Amino acid sequence: MSFLEIIDQFENFNFKEYFNSVSKKDIEETLRKNRLSHYDLLNLLSETGEKYLEEMAQKASELTVQYFGRTIQLFIPLYLSNYCTNNCIYCGFSVKNSIKRRKLTLKEIEREACEITKTGMRHILILTGEAIEVTPLSYLKDAVTLLSKYFSSVSIEILPLEIKQYKTLKKAGVDGLTIYQEVYDRKIYEKVHLSGNKKDYDFRINTPENGALSGLRMINVGTLFGLGEKRKEAFFTALHAKYLRDKYIDTEISISLPRINSAEGDFKPFCNVNDMNFVQFLMAFRLFLPRVGITISTREGADFRDRLLFLGATRFSAGSKTEVGGYALSGAESGTQFDIHDNRSVDEIISTIKSKGFQPVFKDWDVF
Amino acid sequence: MSSDLFKLGEKTFKSRLLTGTGKFASKSFIPKMLKSSKSEIITIALRRIDFNSKTENIIDFIPDDITLLPNTSGARTAGEAVRIARIAREAGCGNFVKIEVITDMKYLMPDNHETLMATEILAKEGFIVLPYILPDLVTAKKLEDAGACAIMPLGSAIGSNRGIKTKEIIEILIENCTMPIIIDAGIGRPSHAAEAMEMGADAVLVNTAIASAKDPESMGKAFSLAVCAGRMAYLSDMGRQGKSASASSPLTGFLR
Amino acid sequence: MIITVNGKTESTSSNTILDYITGKKIKPESLVVEYNFSILKKGLWSTTFLKENDILELLSFVGGG
Repeated sequence: MSFLEIIDQFENFNFKEYFNSVSKKDIEETLRKNRLSHYDLLNLLSETGEKYLEEMAQKASELTVQYFGRTIQLFIPLYLSNYCTNNCIYCGFSVKNSIKRRKLTLKEIEREACEITKTGMRHILILTGEAIEVTPLSYLKDAVTLLSKYFSSVSIEILPLEIKQYKTLKKAGVDGLTIYQEVYDRKIYEKVHLSGNKKDYDFRINTPENGALSGLRMINVGTLFGLGEKRKEAFFTALHAKYLRDKYIDTEISISLPRINSAEGDFKPFCNVNDMNFVQFLMAFRLFLPRVGITISTREGADFRDRLLFLGATRFSAGSKTEVGGYALSGAESGTQFDIHDNRSVDEIISTIKSKGFQPVFKDWDVF
Repeated sequence: MSSDLFKLGEKTFKSRLLTGTGKFASKSFIPKMLKSSKSEIITIALRRIDFNSKTENIIDFIPDDITLLPNTSGARTAGEAVRIARIAREAGCGNFVKIEVITDMKYLMPDNHETLMATEILAKEGFIVLPYILPDLVTAKKLEDAGACAIMPLGSAIGSNRGIKTKEIIEILIENCTMPIIIDAGIGRPSHAAEAMEMGADAVLVNTAIASAKDPESMGKAFSLAVCAGRMAYLSDMGRQGKSASASSPLTGFLR
Repeated sequence: MIITVNGKTESTSSNTILDYITGKKIKPESLVVEYNFSILKKGLWSTTFLKENDILELLSFVGGG
């Protein structure tokens, strides 16, 4: 059964009714279990679950230490290009936005890489908008080949590709893929993606699986909180991660929780996700999928991120710039994708992590 | 629990207790045991005849409505297991086969690698393949891909009656495999069988414990009741013992 | 002629497989015959003639776990 078929099974499921029916006893029952069903997940995501945050936190904290130890994997994002042919109403890079567009040449990429390695970071995430003519596969391949010389892990967060194309990039040195569905609710997906290839819901939802099938070592999924109804979106995100984890046991799966942010082109989120919701969902993910990673970006503020260390987070971006390049001084500014709310330098983040009793991990493995 | 049928290959069974024909003091116990235990699947082996002794055909002791599960015991390689399976089918035993390939003569642990190779061949030939393995998730996943119809992880060494020593690994298989899990080997007491079913196993295979009992007929019934009890407990979704609240500092106070 | 039965070579003067089996006083009902690596159905035992260097496996189902 494909993940699309799994989602379709819930087409007539009355989420509102179910969430309203969750009793305190249901939550207590769920918290007693070690192996959670998707009904247990729904219980934890419900409004009733809000009354049990501390109990969830204690269990989530214990599970995270049990399966991940007290370690936080660090990575740094590098935007190679912000050209984009899609019109997504929530995104700073939308083709309709008149921002300064820029694409790094290979020489510029190398300059950025040199600058970044000074921070000690060894895992890099490269990002582009969707513009295959501007950043064709050959360009991406060259960029990855180059960056593989500087970093021990290269992940990509770029336009969705076919299995064959992922294999090409894997050969060049890519080992991880981040791809967010943005919104699992089909109707809202249609509403927020007005033009461009990204309109293809089915292709996008199958992309994480394409990544796994091409042999990539790590797949990171997520929904963009603020678009779809938050509890439903959290539910489908976790189901998606579980589907991939169950089907591809040789692939590391992790979940991100990006929340819509002010730079995202004046767009007002349809659904507000406050800190309490965020924490509740993060912990529900941890309890439902104890061994799946949880990635937190610098969209979230410093203090908040530090709290999340104790609640289930396992990967942090650090010292991030969300404009194209941005690490090496070039004088060329370009539009950012989202506002950064944790402006600490890599060194500052490292020392905070250590002070909280965690070990920052720069290099987890080498790509052979 | 009349709706809780056990689907295996193309057949459906009421009983989740598989039995074996080995080690009985007398073969005459077998039909009585089958009746008292309500087991519907029984294993048999294939051997060269002994010219010097009277050959009793084990099949004569098994009622026609029982599904035969020939096992490839004696095979030391995938090739030998495949040959035995084909012979058994040709001889009229049906499509089911339990692949047992043992090269370790000390502990009688199965050879997962040879078992996988035999499964790949026999599944393509239309056999309902039940491989007997040392529990291992990677092997189990490969067996699923190869077309096995169930996985038979051992609970502990054959004949040891030590119970389910491989419990944690089997729990991983139960959680991650889509095919039925039939725990085989090492189940020495009805309580072990109940435990296996409480864990979420789909069925158990018990041979030595029943065959070597003073009263195999009663022991068969005891195992049957234990399997039902364990299964019923599992289906009623037993709540696990909650851990007492740990007195550590609050983690979500900052949200209020 | 010399044939191999259950892994051992022996000399026999039997004509057909059935002759050989009845000669050894084996009950045919419980027997499975593999003749030169293929199963020989019971109906063919009386009409299959043994040749030099034939390989026979005489098997039966026994108790096993």
